Amino acid sequence: MTQTTERPSGGLTQRGRGAGADRAFWIACLLAGILVLAILALILITTLREAWPALTYSGLDFITSDHWVTNDPDGDGPRQPEFGALAFIYGTLTVSAISLVVAVPVSIGIALFLTELAPRRLRSAVVTVIDLLAAVPSVVFGLWGIIVVAPALVKVYRWVHDTFGGVPGVGSIFGEPVSSGRSFMTAGLIVAIMIIPIVTSITREVFATVPESEKHAALALGATRWEMIKGAVFPHSFGGMVGAVMLGLGRALGETIAVALTIGAATQITPNIFASGNAMPAVIVQQWGESGGVHTAALVGLGVVLFAVTVVVNYLARFVVRRAEIRMKGIAA
Amino acid sequence: MTTFAPPTPRTPAVPADLRRASLSRRRRLTDAVAKAAIWLALIVAVVPLALVTYYVILKGSGVMSWAFLTEPIPRSLRREGPGMGPAIIGTIVITGSAALIAIPLGVLGAIYLNEYGKQSPLARTIRTMSDVMTGVPSIVMGLFIYVGFVLLVHEQSGFAGALALACLMLPVVIRTSEEMLRLVPDELRQASMALGARKWRTTVSIVIPAALSGITSGALLAIARAAGETAPIVLVVGLTYKTNWSLFGGNTALPAQIFANASQPFEASVNRAWGAALTLVVIVLITTLIGRFIANRFAIKER
Repeated sequence: MTQTTERPSGGLTQRGRGAGADRAFWIACLLAGILVLAILALILITTLREAWPALTYSGLDFITSDHWVTNDPDGDGPRQPEFGALAFIYGTLTVSAISLVVAVPVSIGIALFLTELAPRRLRSAVVTVIDLLAAVPSVVFGLWGIIVVAPALVKVYRWVHDTFGGVPGVGSIFGEPVSSGRSFMTAGLIVAIMIIPIVTSITREVFATVPESEKHAALALGATRWEMIKGAVFPHSFGGMVGAVMLGLGRALGETIAVALTIGAATQITPNIFASGNAMPAVIVQQWGESGGVHTAALVGLGVVLFAVTVVVNYLARFVVRRAEIRMKGIAA
Repeated sequence: MTTFAPPTPRTPAVPADLRRASLSRRRRLTDAVAKAAIWLALIVAVVPLALVTYYVILKGSGVMSWAFLTEPIPRSLRREGPGMGPAIIGTIVITGSAALIAIPLGVLGAIYLNEYGKQSPLARTIRTMSDVMTGVPSIVMGLFIYVGFVLLVHEQSGFAGALALACLMLPVVIRTSEEMLRLVPDELRQASMALGARKWRTTVSIVIPAALSGITSGALLAIARAAGETAPIVLVVGLTYKTNWSLFGGNTALPAQIFANASQPFEASVNRAWGAALTLVVIVLITTLIGRFIANRFAIKER
């Protein structure tokens, strides 16, 4: 090889032109990735700091008391504002429970339809419907809920109350319906509609991982379609279904606007699902405008509780889904 | 060689009765009931969608007019008549800026995950945490931006709303973009590297263009989702009645207007809420459909 003096030695591993840009690009990408972790940490730190006055003011009462008195009841008198969020925690759990009871069987049904039953042409139509359901903003469901659904359901509630209200035990659940129809039940139904898409899409993914060979084997042994689902699909996808339900739960716990509109804004703990109540996220958005001082801090405190609970629920859900998927693929391989 | 027992005489070859009718009645019935239940589940999901669409179109079209889309919002809730213009502009300004913040950051994050981090512990943590972050309720993001931004600058503004929406969009953009980057065949990267391009060049001029349609459609779906978010807007943007093209100063958006007007006892304001709902649904639908169209039309075929 002849020595060329003009040209710098062009080794393939040169650290020359462009190495800086390469490094800068890498750092930019890394920072953008770390941003996610930073935001999650910042959420916890900043909101906790802001809520601290209310949390120290109320102490453990914040989650064990159901007295939520935002304004000083008698001026400079002996009684003080109180911030006990138990009623809202109860409301959030009740609404989420109702929505899961409604949404989970429906979602599993739709997922089964899509994976096992649907004719090819219908399948894409159903997927579109589910996608559209997910695309409708929650405030639109809330508007529909408060104007159309709540008044329409009062009659149904009354009928259920008259029919089952006397049954001992169950009767107290179906108590006297509130006249506006804005109740735990209405909020739960609206939230159910909103979590159907997410639960459906995850269960569908899980069902899709069931090995075809097992399904065929079940059918070859003479099982009916349903027996095949029961014997081959469900046992395989149990873990994933649990994860899907938990993801739905995470969504239901945090649903704000639709619940704020349809739950009726009453601070009470009652087994009656036809009564008005309130939920944590709904309280924040309803009282935000007129809050100040410790009250604002208490509302931020509700947000902290909500954040902690949803992060834990979502983390567990992802964990369960991932583990189920790994196990499934292991078998399929 | 092992010896086999002589085959036992087979039962005379009666072809097995494989018709449905040969199943016991109980099994046939269970099967039918299960199938009916599955169909019912489908109907349960379709009916609310149909009803919501019906009511939004029915009630929304009653107030819909050019004036409704452009006029300012009446200050009196009781007053009849049009006006959602400021909210529409607010929605566009706030969601648009949120997209400008979240999409570049999200794509960079996705590049980190797929091109650099891969299966490293940090990348796995980021992946899990962005999944977790998609589950953080929007109201919590609103509180976060309020505490972390609005309290510092002492002003509710469209920019604060954009920040909150950007936080909501970021994990969605990261995860969808990463999926798309993963579909880009490795040969393209290797070819580019072999030609002497540096990694960042390879990524920017080869990998990203190959995945662009998928990234765009994912981003549009995230935008559609963010445009409908209400809670953060209510907390950090506030309500105004005048058009504000600026990111700073008070602003308003369609979801916040729907929320504010929906629970009022006045016919006029409820009608405006329906009108705003129709406008919002149309905006969201158009964005979603464009996203789907791009996804279907220009998708990289999975290999």
